[in-house]
Amino acid sequence: MSIADSLLWTAMPYVTIVLLVGGIVWRYRYDKFGWTTRSSQLYESRLLRIASPLFHYGILFVLAGHLVGLFVPDSWTSALGVSETAYHYLSLTTGTLAGLATVAGIALLIYRRRTNGPVFLATTRNDKLMYVVLLAAILTGMTAKLTHAGGHGYDYRGTIAPWLRSVFTLTPDYARMHGVPTAYRIHIVIGFLLIALVPYTRLIHMFSAPVQYLFRPYIVYRSRERGQLGTRSERPGWERVP
Amino acid sequence: MRVMAQIAMVMNLDKCIGCHTCSVTCKQAWTNRGGVEYVWFNNVETRPGQGYPRRYEDQETWKGGWELNKRGRLRLKAGGRLSKLAHIFSNPQLPAIGDYYEPWTYEYANLLDAPLGDDVPVARPRSLLSGKPMKIEWSANWDDDLGGVNEHGALDPMVAKVREQAAEKVRFEFEQTFMFYLPRICEHCLNPSCVASCPSGAMYKRQEDGIVLVDQDQCRGWRMCVTGCPYKKVYFNHRTGKAEKCTLCYPRLEVGLPTVCSETCVGRLRYLGVMLYDADKVLEAASAPEDTDLYEAQLGVFLDPEDPVVRREAERAGIAQDWIAAARRSPVHALISRHRVALPLHPEYRTMPMVWYIPPLSPVVEALTETGFDGEDTGNLFGAIDTLRIPLEYLAELFTAGDTAPVRASLEKLAAMRGAMRPGLLAGGTSGPAPVDEDIARSVGMSGEEMYALYRLLALAKYEERYVIPTAAVGDARRLEESVLPDECSLDYAGGPGMIGSGPYGEGSGAAPPVSVENFHVLRDRQSADAPADPGRSRVNLLNWDGRGHPAGLFPRRTDGTGTTDRTDGMKGTGAAPRPPRNAHDADDEEQR
Repeated sequence: MSIADSLLWTAMPYVTIVLLVGGIVWRYRYDKFGWTTRSSQLYESRLLRIASPLFHYGILFVLAGHLVGLFVPDSWTSALGVSETAYHYLSLTTGTLAGLATVAGIALLIYRRRTNGPVFLATTRNDKLMYVVLLAAILTGMTAKLTHAGGHGYDYRGTIAPWLRSVFTLTPDYARMHGVPTAYRIHIVIGFLLIALVPYTRLIHMFSAPVQYLFRPYIVYRSRERGQLGTRSERPGWERVP
Repeated sequence: MRVMAQIAMVMNLDKCIGCHTCSVTCKQAWTNRGGVEYVWFNNVETRPGQGYPRRYEDQETWKGGWELNKRGRLRLKAGGRLSKLAHIFSNPQLPAIGDYYEPWTYEYANLLDAPLGDDVPVARPRSLLSGKPMKIEWSANWDDDLGGVNEHGALDPMVAKVREQAAEKVRFEFEQTFMFYLPRICEHCLNPSCVASCPSGAMYKRQEDGIVLVDQDQCRGWRMCVTGCPYKKVYFNHRTGKAEKCTLCYPRLEVGLPTVCSETCVGRLRYLGVMLYDADKVLEAASAPEDTDLYEAQLGVFLDPEDPVVRREAERAGIAQDWIAAARRSPVHALISRHRVALPLHPEYRTMPMVWYIPPLSPVVEALTETGFDGEDTGNLFGAIDTLRIPLEYLAELFTAGDTAPVRASLEKLAAMRGAMRPGLLAGGTSGPAPVDEDIARSVGMSGEEMYALYRLLALAKYEERYVIPTAAVGDARRLEESVLPDECSLDYAGGPGMIGSGPYGEGSGAAPPVSVENFHVLRDRQSADAPADPGRSRVNLLNWDGRGHPAGLFPRRTDGTGTTDRTDGMKGTGAAPRPPRNAHDADDEEQR
């Protein structure tokens, strides 16, 4: 295994995590105002009404699939009595269905973004970069899965999943990645790139999923805090003289 | 009882001339930015008309506000919490930009840059959204003054409701005789459905004054508030991706100024003041079983600041003394609760709105005058209010969920006021308050005194009577005025009224006088002085020095013996260095010699 390989499978995950966590902290501290979905529904809602839920529900399911596939070890599912073949077919069918919904959704969204004048005009360079990486991640993922679908399929739970778990236990075992098919490798690299990009693009909105809405009272009251003059606390670096 | 204070507004629709000054000044103050081109925190609608955005009152389409579920409990009309989260990726009831209008600009540059040709160059409209040339087909007040009413008139949801009840025959009568203006801002409701709809918790009602605001840092652009507000007064900034709404000009209110729309209102039809209400009763009132009960229910939520129990509870709830005092003088409270002439806009949305309206009597007066009768005579007016069924029913659809009784009562009071005040005012001659016709006043259940108070409020009230606004947290005011101020009496600065003699460590000890205090006095001295500079002070505040004259102590003493010549600059007493200090008399004597 070359130095490049070992760098890729040891350094890259940590760099990504630093970029992700650091980016979220930075964004929260300095760009709360920019932290939004930047919805374009006001411009066009006919296509969005179909495409957006299709894509979002699809990608949420895909995310769930990734979490199960990568963080639930073989031994746990076998203990539950799920055979390798059954697991493979389950992941293949549900994963492919969710993947197809995601691909259809994002295709429609990109079509809408390109053809609808106001929506296209509201698209920034940052958005375009994000779309390229996001689409690449989805397509390479679908390719990797579908090109290794025959027989029992590629058993990433013996290679990729333990490697990823070893990253989180701070004992990166890059040897596990030896022999992983190229399609999977490309998908992993692009996937990490996407994760690193999240805090710096509009994808940040995934971290503001409003789960707390289920538990808070309907009407929110706020009061000016004592010692605070404005409606919100001072921006970092602009605190008043005590 | 949990007393809370709310700044509320009342608009007297009789006085609105539809000049849109409020809308324009509001736009200049708040929404003259990219992304909010189509946003009108204040707009003036012609009624009958579709309103802005088009047909916003049709809640079967837009699902704004609250409704009662089968068990009689309040629920958001657009769906509860789970439904909101399930629809978060695409809000099914969001008005599209076409329901407002597509904002545009004109190609003004073309007027100057067009090449020489046979045709006069024109400035074509260009969309601000797509950047492409566009055909203008609608805007914020396209149906102003009943423009195109024969085509669009039936689209007014309230017209549709009235027609359901009255027969088709009323149509022409209706459209020929009836028009008034309805200025609208955010209602700053007691039970705001926009706040309840916000998944992020970014929208809130301020505890101190009840103003409903959007926290721009916390808003994530889920757009549920736009749907939730039945008045469609929360807008989506399509550039920043955040919701924005009328702020009731809180930065102005906090320092005791009226909102921009009130300040610039040409007809002086807006009133601002404090309402005290019982927060514990809001939910119960908003859940009144019948829509027509909601007006009375909301009146029941308001508290009478003249009641000592209320005042004591208010104090206990931490409401500042000057707020309680303002509530007692509140013109809004007088019009809503005491005289009961103001009515809420669409109480059936169950949000408990806090911008109320005095229904317009002028359509009735006009219709009456056109038939040849004296349109100001009380007897005639009373008859007309009843016969002109359609205006009454239309107003009832707007203000009391279809119940004509409160609208009639309000209009009758207004009519009675005209009748009761007219003879006395026309007779003239007397100084002091005009006499009131007590009989007419009694016929609508008011005393002559009350009638005069109502007349005074509606006809004469000056700025200070129309806008009774306590400043934000006077208890905190000292901290607001100067952040460097130490935590002690603000008059305790060196040389101030609170300081007797100099401090224990001499003149130089103690904190510096606050800049604002010092500037205030120096500025006033300078502005009111006959002489250009201040002779009496030995300290010179360079920030305030206007560059004229030679204030004492600013320049070193001269040594060439020419002395001072400019008597008027207050140099008396400084003199040139070789001479001993002397007074003005000496100087005069010397020069005479």
